[in-house]
Amino acid sequence: MLDVFLTILNRDLKLAYRRWSEFANPLLFFVIVTSLFPLALSPGQALLQTIGTGVLWVGALLSSLLALEGLFRGDFDDGSMEQILLSPAPFGIVVIAKIAAHWVVSGIPLIVLVPVVALSFQLPTEALATLAAALLLATPTLSVLSAIGAALTVSLKSGGSIIGLLVLPLCSPMLIFGTRATDLAANGEPVAAPLYLLAALAVFAVSLGPLAVAAALRVGLE
Amino acid sequence: MMSFLQMGGYAAYVWPAYGITLLVLVLNVWSARRSHRRKLDRARLSDGREDASKQPTVRRL
Amino acid sequence: MKLPRWFHRFGSPPWVYGLAGALGPWIGGIAIVLIAAGTFGGLVLAPPDYLQGDSFRIIYIHVPSAYVSMMAYVILAVAAAIGFIWRLKLAHAAAVSIAPIGASFTFLALATGAIWGKPTWGTFWQWTDPRIMFELLLLFLYLGYMALRAAFEDRDKADRVSAILGVVGVVNVPIIHYSVIWWNSLHQGPTISRLDGPTITTDMLVPLLVMILGFTFFFFWLLLSRLQGEIVEREQATRWLRELVEESPG
Repeated sequence: MLDVFLTILNRDLKLAYRRWSEFANPLLFFVIVTSLFPLALSPGQALLQTIGTGVLWVGALLSSLLALEGLFRGDFDDGSMEQILLSPAPFGIVVIAKIAAHWVVSGIPLIVLVPVVALSFQLPTEALATLAAALLLATPTLSVLSAIGAALTVSLKSGGSIIGLLVLPLCSPMLIFGTRATDLAANGEPVAAPLYLLAALAVFAVSLGPLAVAAALRVGLE
Repeated sequence: MMSFLQMGGYAAYVWPAYGITLLVLVLNVWSARRSHRRKLDRARLSDGREDASKQPTVRRL
Repeated sequence: MKLPRWFHRFGSPPWVYGLAGALGPWIGGIAIVLIAAGTFGGLVLAPPDYLQGDSFRIIYIHVPSAYVSMMAYVILAVAAAIGFIWRLKLAHAAAVSIAPIGASFTFLALATGAIWGKPTWGTFWQWTDPRIMFELLLLFLYLGYMALRAAFEDRDKADRVSAILGVVGVVNVPIIHYSVIWWNSLHQGPTISRLDGPTITTDMLVPLLVMILGFTFFFFWLLLSRLQGEIVEREQATRWLRELVEESPG
């Protein structure tokens, strides 16, 4: 079982490395979107500081939508997904490995990038660790929800426009807890509660989400 | 009677709320029945051919 | 898992079509009587609220709409799950039929809530109210479900894929619900003057319960009607349907 997991993870990471621009684009998108906000608002440091947390989280959420369609698309189009399904490898493990690979290439860069951009929004440095921790707990949930959206639309020729509609409402709890943790940390208040809730969401998503993803992929392959 | 219609000064809120509710309920019934009838019409015209859903939609005039 | 024997009749489209046709007028009749009685009770018999005056009478349409909007989503997901697990086409047909009805009741809950909000909070839309946010997200879930269905050409695939979304959605509904409540508890906005549990008297409560029941019956009436249409669409090439349409020339 672990072999299967590692093989798929290794393969997907290699593929991602060769098509690195596909995963770099969302990060660039994130930087551009967050820098558009100061332009759109009347110049004022205080206002930016107030809305900064929200801008960062929503920006991260939107940018993650960009890389999401490719999550199963390539494997689906070239037939390798069908081969994997037919192979004796347990399909659930394969799905988990693919989600894990997606998290490594799209979640981890966000954990690093968002706190850096946060500095430009005058987020106090003490809050940066909390922001990174919140992202560390939130991005697995995000990857699972993205995978659900990608799997549901995998057999559609143009699923891209619809995925956001499916995934974003489901992301709302994560957004609530993530922004609150960051805001509380910025005000020097205890942040344990939202972080625990984020962790609970992650455990929940990681344990049940792959079932939905596997079921949706099976239907898509029929 | 007039005092009932005035709703204690809240007529501008109470009546539109009830109006929109009535509208949505009636529209729901109407659209459910219309789609049922249209589908029956289509079934009648398709005459049991293999894949009736591929037939052009017939609109009632 | 084995299904009880009587359940198999629900797999027979002609039987369910006939049942829906026979039950529909009764359920519809009960719904209209209950809603008429509840409206009379709510608008005429119930005394005005001592704080909100007569504006509180919107509760008699707002709360039932919100109730049905949530109940409908749960029924949708249960029907979708039954359809997915036992490959019961009629359960899928029921799930499809529910989506537009549920969405319209969600819209109604939001619209009546907004109208009520104006005299109570002084604004139509209160972004910080958790119940508004929840209903709004519920509306998005309904719309996402409908959009996903519409994107598929193959009905069977649309059924099965949207069923998964329905189940994922219903698992998330309580999470979204509690997270927006939690979110609001930390945003104590000064603008809301929430009336802490206005004491609701019996003559206020009875019409509300009647209305909730009436709306529930109304929902099932709509569901049966839509389900009939859905069955006709799915059974076009079958003999029983041809016989049915030949018997009753339109």
